[in-house]
Amino acid sequence: MEFLTIIQIGDSTIRLAIPLLLACLAGLFSERAGIFDIGLEGKMLAAAFLAAAISFVSGSAWIGLLAGITISILLSIIHGLASITFRGNQLISGVAINFLAAGLTVVVAQSWFSQGSRTPQLSGSARFEPIVLPGALSRMREIMEASPMAQLYSELISGHTIIVYIGFLAVPLSWWILYRTRFGLRLRAVGENPAAVDTAGISVVRLRFAAVAIAGILCGIAGAYLSTALQAGFTKDMTANRGFIALAALIFAKWRPWYAMGTCLLFGFFFAIDNRFQNIQMPALWFVIICVALAAGMLFYAIRRTRLDMVVLGGFAVVLLAVAVAVVFGTESLSAGIKLPTQLTQSLPYILTVVVLAGFVGKAIPPRAGGEAYVKER
Amino acid sequence: MSLMKTFLGASAALALTAGAALADPAVIFDLGGKFDKSFNESAFNGATRWAEETGGSFAEVELQSDAQREQALRRFAEAGNNPIVMAGFSFATPLSEVAGDYPDTSFVIIDGVVDAPNVRSIIFSEHEGSYLVGMMAAMASETGTVGFVGGMDIPLIRKFACGYAQGVVAVNGDATVIANMTGTTPAAWNDPVKGSELTLSQISQGADVVYAAAGGTGIGVLQTAADEGILSIGVDANQNYLHPGQVLTSMMKRVDNAVYDSFSAGMDVPTGLEVWGIANEGVGYALDEFNADLVTAEMQTTVDEAAAAIAAGELSVHDYTSDESCPALTF
Repeated sequence: MEFLTIIQIGDSTIRLAIPLLLACLAGLFSERAGIFDIGLEGKMLAAAFLAAAISFVSGSAWIGLLAGITISILLSIIHGLASITFRGNQLISGVAINFLAAGLTVVVAQSWFSQGSRTPQLSGSARFEPIVLPGALSRMREIMEASPMAQLYSELISGHTIIVYIGFLAVPLSWWILYRTRFGLRLRAVGENPAAVDTAGISVVRLRFAAVAIAGILCGIAGAYLSTALQAGFTKDMTANRGFIALAALIFAKWRPWYAMGTCLLFGFFFAIDNRFQNIQMPALWFVIICVALAAGMLFYAIRRTRLDMVVLGGFAVVLLAVAVAVVFGTESLSAGIKLPTQLTQSLPYILTVVVLAGFVGKAIPPRAGGEAYVKER
Repeated sequence: MSLMKTFLGASAALALTAGAALADPAVIFDLGGKFDKSFNESAFNGATRWAEETGGSFAEVELQSDAQREQALRRFAEAGNNPIVMAGFSFATPLSEVAGDYPDTSFVIIDGVVDAPNVRSIIFSEHEGSYLVGMMAAMASETGTVGFVGGMDIPLIRKFACGYAQGVVAVNGDATVIANMTGTTPAAWNDPVKGSELTLSQISQGADVVYAAAGGTGIGVLQTAADEGILSIGVDANQNYLHPGQVLTSMMKRVDNAVYDSFSAGMDVPTGLEVWGIANEGVGYALDEFNADLVTAEMQTTVDEAAAAIAAGELSVHDYTSDESCPALTF
């Protein structure tokens, strides 16, 4: 594999990971305060639409970004009203927000621009242009002919929009807010034991509203990134389930900011790999070795655990071994290449999340008071 | 009691006549949405053109999920709409179940084949049109590498890719064709972000002309191609105007003509299978003021010669769907 290919996959990873990362941090704030947020997808979509629409009308991507954040916060407040103030079911409220956003964006876009539920193409300052650092090249075809160091610099470090840097800065900032400030301590406490927070004389409702508002801001940035930085305009359903993948990433990251960054980069990496090598050719021997090694690892791990683990992991191991055996007998020679279907790489994020949820790689424990409305004692 | 019967009978008769009076044609759009700047929009344009020219009106519905197909068909048929035109291969299964229940209603399916006495099936020779734009891509390419971004990985889209690759190879035997599909679910028609990523990855592998046959995803492909300063090729409708001077051409699939034709025929729409190819102007390439500077005279002559040869039957382009294989491209 060429050096440039590796760099390009890294670059693509970053672009694909940023919307996930911002949405994942949004979910993190909300869920750490005890409010499950299925509506990440809807908020991103609404923000993507309004950011593109307002950018087009005003000619400034920054005003668009503000508009995106505003609509996202508004939806967060609706979620908050339903699930905090009126103690409704948080999941249902989140699903409602998704439906609302999916429908409204299309209808409003159509009546506003009459371009088929799409905003006009953005250009110039209505779009977040990539920041080209001094001395860096911007176009792929020029980069391809540059020296390796220039490639690394131009492709991986330079050429990202400001939102990418905001996204990465949001990680240490989130960590600092959650773990080093009084507000963060209270926010985490309200997700674990709201009664204790209430006893200390702090308003549970206000804290939870603050948390969903922060989630709104982050989702707004993520949405604006999709429509005004990565793309030049809004198209129907353009979030393409990224909000749900962010939720999966949140579970995988065990509700921690730095883990969230790692997870989102990992998921972004899978998607980048999938885009670059749609069908991975692999020698059959390698494939068999990987299957057998995975099966052996699972069995070894399960032996020391409970009976349930033994049954589940044993089952997985048997399936893997069966696949390996089928490959051995199915191909003419072990050195012949076999094709790994693109669906396998696409489903890896979900498979990994299920594995983590099932408790095989450490336990993923959600905030204890998550999903429950707080009823003050009377 | 008898009075009740009379009333019921009268209202039933009224309902029936009302149904018969409402013989407006109907069109059902597929999941990509009515304004995908591509396939469905083309169908919509055909219907609008008919409405403007005849002053008639038509019923329409945009599907939101796969489960609604049969429901939409039955609703239009019950309401007395005739003919009912549906755009999309996915209607084949529901239509084959529904068609028999409404023998007096004519159905038109575009891109799919249903064998029933009251169904007109129109399929296009997309491989022929793609062959032509493939030739243009190969002539416009400086690197000798061209790209293809498909939407959902289905035989129909592979048919596009295969025709395109054959056209490329016909001009430049050493050319490389990189073909990628966006996904395997209907979401692949609406993911411009992934379209952009695929395009970037193809550019970095040397592609300097990219053909998008991916519905709404194609918007991202064309955008990235324009941002990166390479050429792109649009699909289904004429997409040259999206990025003037940066879209080499568009593979036109005259879905609009198919809808227009069916609407004009009204209730006496001919039934049976029809193949619309280069010979009867069902497919072709787009040339207008937006790409006039990109298409050289030499390019145009070569492509027009090939088009004439295909129309005359002297040149045959392999159809992927005929045997699920492609001589010029492996998937």
